[in-house]
Amino acid sequence: MTFQSDERNLDDVGPGFMDYPARSVWQGIRSYFIGLALAVLLTVFSFYLLGTHWIWDPALPAALAALAIAQIGVHLVFFLHITTAPDNTNTVLALGFAVLIVALIIVGSLWIMYHLNQNMLPMDQMLQMQP
Amino acid sequence: MSTAETFAPVREIDPYKLGRRRLAPSEAEIAAKGRGEGGPASKWVVVGYGFWLFLLSDVIMFSAFFAAHAVLQTATAGGPTGRELFDLHSVAVQTGVLLASSFTCGLAAVATDARSQIGTQLALLITGLLGLAFLLLEAKDFATMVAAGAGPQRSAFLSSTFTLVGCHGLHVSAGLLWLGTMMAQVFVKGFRPNILRRLLCFNLFWHMLDIIWVALFTVVYLVGVLR
Amino acid sequence: MRILGNLTWDAVPWNQPIPLVAGAAVIVIVLCVIAWVILTGRLPYLWREWITSVDHKRIGVMYVLLGLVMAFRGFIDAIMMRSQQALAFHAPGYLPPEHYDQIFSAHGTIMIFFAAMPLVIGLMNFAVPLQLGVRDVAFPTWNSTSFWLTATGALLVNISLVIGEFARTGWLPYPPLSEFTYLPGVGVDYYLWALLISGVGTLMTGINFVTTILKIRAPGMSYLRMPMFCWTALASNLLIIAAFPILTATLVMLALDRYLGFHFFTNEAGGNMMMFINLIWLWGHPEVYILVLPAFGIFSEVISTFSGKPLFNYRSMVWATLGICLISFTVWLHHFFTMGAGPDVNALFGIASALIAIPTGVKIYNWMFTMYGGRIRFATPMLWSLGFIITFVIGGMTGVLLATVPADFLLHNSMFLVAHFHNVIVGAVLYACFAGVIYWFPKAFGFRLDEGWGKAAFWLTFIGFWVVFVPLYAAGLLGMTRRLQHYDMALWYPWMLIAALGIVIMGCAAFCQVAQLVVSIRRRSELRDEMGDPWDGRSLEWVTASPPPAFNFAVLPNVRGEEPYWEIKQRAIESQHLPAEPSYEPIEMPRNSPTGFITAFFATITGFALIWHIWWLVGVGLAAAYAVFVWFAWRDVEEYRIPVEEVARIDRARRQARMEWLARQARPGEPA
Repeated sequence: MTFQSDERNLDDVGPGFMDYPARSVWQGIRSYFIGLALAVLLTVFSFYLLGTHWIWDPALPAALAALAIAQIGVHLVFFLHITTAPDNTNTVLALGFAVLIVALIIVGSLWIMYHLNQNMLPMDQMLQMQP
Repeated sequence: MSTAETFAPVREIDPYKLGRRRLAPSEAEIAAKGRGEGGPASKWVVVGYGFWLFLLSDVIMFSAFFAAHAVLQTATAGGPTGRELFDLHSVAVQTGVLLASSFTCGLAAVATDARSQIGTQLALLITGLLGLAFLLLEAKDFATMVAAGAGPQRSAFLSSTFTLVGCHGLHVSAGLLWLGTMMAQVFVKGFRPNILRRLLCFNLFWHMLDIIWVALFTVVYLVGVLR
Repeated sequence: MRILGNLTWDAVPWNQPIPLVAGAAVIVIVLCVIAWVILTGRLPYLWREWITSVDHKRIGVMYVLLGLVMAFRGFIDAIMMRSQQALAFHAPGYLPPEHYDQIFSAHGTIMIFFAAMPLVIGLMNFAVPLQLGVRDVAFPTWNSTSFWLTATGALLVNISLVIGEFARTGWLPYPPLSEFTYLPGVGVDYYLWALLISGVGTLMTGINFVTTILKIRAPGMSYLRMPMFCWTALASNLLIIAAFPILTATLVMLALDRYLGFHFFTNEAGGNMMMFINLIWLWGHPEVYILVLPAFGIFSEVISTFSGKPLFNYRSMVWATLGICLISFTVWLHHFFTMGAGPDVNALFGIASALIAIPTGVKIYNWMFTMYGGRIRFATPMLWSLGFIITFVIGGMTGVLLATVPADFLLHNSMFLVAHFHNVIVGAVLYACFAGVIYWFPKAFGFRLDEGWGKAAFWLTFIGFWVVFVPLYAAGLLGMTRRLQHYDMALWYPWMLIAALGIVIMGCAAFCQVAQLVVSIRRRSELRDEMGDPWDGRSLEWVTASPPPAFNFAVLPNVRGEEPYWEIKQRAIESQHLPAEPSYEPIEMPRNSPTGFITAFFATITGFALIWHIWWLVGVGLAAAYAVFVWFAWRDVEEYRIPVEEVARIDRARRQARMEWLARQARPGEPA
């Protein structure tokens, strides 16, 4: 008895499973087609937004970020097959943990560096200020 | 050790589809291998999950580079800014190419499911060629920028741009190297369990690269042009 | 392009006696050991059973050995620093500034990365799969690679003693000092590549253990039936996965600045030095929790075992552990309160830093309530645990003091800070590693360590520690900053003298540790652990024989509650016989592989070549490492099979020893 078996149990699925032998080829490809279509839509829309004045200019970075997050979601669901099923709990929890850490890193760094830069300019700008 | 895989019988009712009554959760939980109290999970799940954790750690590494870039995006030191430098047409083509390669990688996964050697090799080959096209376009962009005196040594903004985009490019290159090795292994050894696990890992890796690219082109190129 | 890059004969410190003699001595010792191994014919055994082993128990032992040896080297650095500061009042001391700078940098780097991390990871490697009731970790060959890559990092740092120099920046290379403009030598490069390479190994360990703990447990072991050490190992490895990528990214940015002239952290062209400090402490703070959480886990095991009681309020311990894990990612700015972030930012992080003391306090109370009402046995591991509670609580209180921002403005980078972090790291991590090593030593080697020398080592360490560090607290409050090569304040001088006395006491303690090992090996037949459960343990590792067979358990145990082994043991004692013999089956275990060792070998070559700018060798090293990887990936047979007769024979021997022990239990008055 090996300590890790090669047997695959359909109740216990890891991330991005490529597992369904009884599935037809079309059923398998379907999610990729939908994902591709949505991703293309979101990408084109992001690039398009840049050229127009549909969104108030200062809000544009936020809008682009929202579109990027939506597209990442499309990738996760349609390409990586992340679901909310109980067999995916560990995978989703790990993803949630990583998202939390990424948010802390980016938001935390931006907040701290903004304040630090306010109170002490980067060196080259300080050198420019010398008489 | 048998190299044939055994599958549990396919369920006819998908208990997780919306509107369907769920199976008794306590039974499923208790029986679940590697989740509740069912004992060690199968190698498939262990390898997939471990690789998923590795990918998440890679995402965190990228986020450190992203944070540095976000802070240094305006540190142009009197040199060229994103608006002056970035060729959005090229970026759009690169985005399309990488997205297409992600799609063909998914097709390769389906072909592997169907145990089709030709299908898998073809889909992997197209994925590889699209990835190579992406890299060549990116290298051309870099060369243009360096020739215009906007190399990574010019300013902190350019250092962080080159590093972030370059790190992604390095991952794509490593992925292509891995892809070549996988194609050789599938050809020589066929669809053995360990080869299948590696194809799963490659699949996850390639999709994650596209996810990083989505964040990258938004933050570096689209927002960069605005600042 | 010169064939050896920047490497010349001048790299060897011919005109500096201390590193020259020290380096020569180390080289001689290493050569003697290698010669002894080869001439006594032990090399095949070593290669087969240890160097190419993918067994978590063997890897754990090697990690601990690496950690202990490097801790010894770091301790020698500490002796040099204390003696220098005791002599250097209105005097130059005996260490020139460039050398002193390298010593305190090496001390910090070695102690954190190559002593504490390997010790903690080694203990996790050894105990976690046994406690989970499984045969090995999720990725055994990656495990071996992780160890050897860590050893590579340690090797590179030690090579810097004899070829070139080490960083002079302190253990964290703050720019702009660490930039090429101000430190163009190889010192910072040694640091960078040693950490980048061993960081890869550590990250792989993190992934390995999270996967193991979440996906590979004995049947019936739900999350809330795991031993506490496994919970803290999970939290610590989650932090490794979350934090080490940040270290990699930050050091890569510094390397790009140094090697390719990028401008992340430079003075000119828009570089932002504070960004380095921000990012490096985003890693640095979770790092100390990576070290301390398994230490807490070890104490949970030791305290409950030696009090004869189950751990008090297991669930709150789990919540406290996970709480510490999360909050540890929200406090990193407290390492640079004084660098101008302003009151709003400082307040938030100050409050978060104080908050993290709450789950820690929950744990301390739980340990105390575990001891209350128990029958305490004052074996050496328990002494270390009691020493920890006293030392760590005081250190923690000074931490909460430092978390108060106005106080930190006075005490930042003073000797008070130095005393604080040594208080918590030595008090928690070092004491836990000693307790853990003594606790699990009989399981690993089949005989206990000598109690007398162990207790002497404890008392000398405990007393010596306070004699060293209370004066440092005092000096810090009197205004002494850290890392001073010489000073002129008469006020600090007596404290430095007392601290030097303390380091002598700790030196005696180190001697006692070595004596403990030597004496125990000599007396091992008397100290033999016949049955496998020398401490009356409560968790699954004590089911196995000492040392356990390669496959750990002949049949994976079926876990029915918390403390599964305790239940089994009580039932056996009441009914006076063991559970029925299980039906044995052949077992397949992962094959040993030289992949880890060879990859690390080429990593060492690549690292050395990068440091000395020997570019062709970099290419060779990388290509070779890739080739090894492909060769490993091409193998057809991944496991070897242990036949059922062998499994049965080994397990029956274990059961025989247990039956004899049980029979002795039935006759009261006879020694166990």
